[in-house]
Amino acid sequence: MQLGAQFVQAVNLNHPGRYVHWGVIQISVANLVVIAVMIAIFVLAILLPFPGRRRK
Amino acid sequence: MSAEVEEHGPGWTAWVRRRALRSFPPDQLLPDSQPVYVASWTYVFGVATVSAFLVVLGTGGILTLRGPAWWHASGFGHFINSTHLWSVELFMGFMVIHLWGKFFMAAWRGKRAMTWITGAVSFLASVGAAFTGYLTQQNLASQWIATQAKDGLNSVGIGAYFNVLDFGQMLMWHIVLLPLAIGLLIVVHVLLVRRHGVVPPLPLPDEKTPAPAAATSEAVQS
Repeated sequence: MQLGAQFVQAVNLNHPGRYVHWGVIQISVANLVVIAVMIAIFVLAILLPFPGRRRK
Repeated sequence: MSAEVEEHGPGWTAWVRRRALRSFPPDQLLPDSQPVYVASWTYVFGVATVSAFLVVLGTGGILTLRGPAWWHASGFGHFINSTHLWSVELFMGFMVIHLWGKFFMAAWRGKRAMTWITGAVSFLASVGAAFTGYLTQQNLASQWIATQAKDGLNSVGIGAYFNVLDFGQMLMWHIVLLPLAIGLLIVVHVLLVRRHGVVPPLPLPDEKTPAPAAATSEAVQS
């Protein structure tokens, strides 16, 4: 229950967004997290073996 | 009807049938095996994108039937509205990962340029569909996005034809034109994949022929 509450607090978007500034680049932390997760999924998709390779 | 008449029959229906069978033989249109290199997670994101798109269409259809008074005010309406949003998030996410994978394996090789182009155009159409979806939320966010976007679109001269402040026009783009365009593009994209096959991995640096030449002799059942 407490873990669930902590998770909800961590991803709660019901407040003004937090932004990262880097030169001319400005991006919300939420969007940055989404991009990081997508890159992680992409890398894992390349590295992880595909299960059940049934050859004929 | 004899086989000869069936092969050389008159009329446009016979012509379409001959072209369809020549371009898409049944075992190529609905294959039961794929080259061995397809057994990789990298190749999963295309079908994941299509699956998410079907959920987007389904939830969008329910929202269309019940209307905004329902999706804003009832618990189940909120659930379907949120499912529509999150299936779009997955649709766009899977599509971008699919795009990365295909870009880094140069998926336009081997006469697959049109496959690449239809995928790229459907990505652009999806951005438009997501944008018009934001505009039709009927809340403060949609009003804010519309008033910000109008200046950008007016600055490139298309504000008179694509008026983001016109709710009715944006709704029609979102629920008719763009889903139709994306659906048709996806069908053509998948048919082209069936016709030309899944793109093989890039050859190794010391290889002159593509790597899968040997790999295609082995097949993996889908």
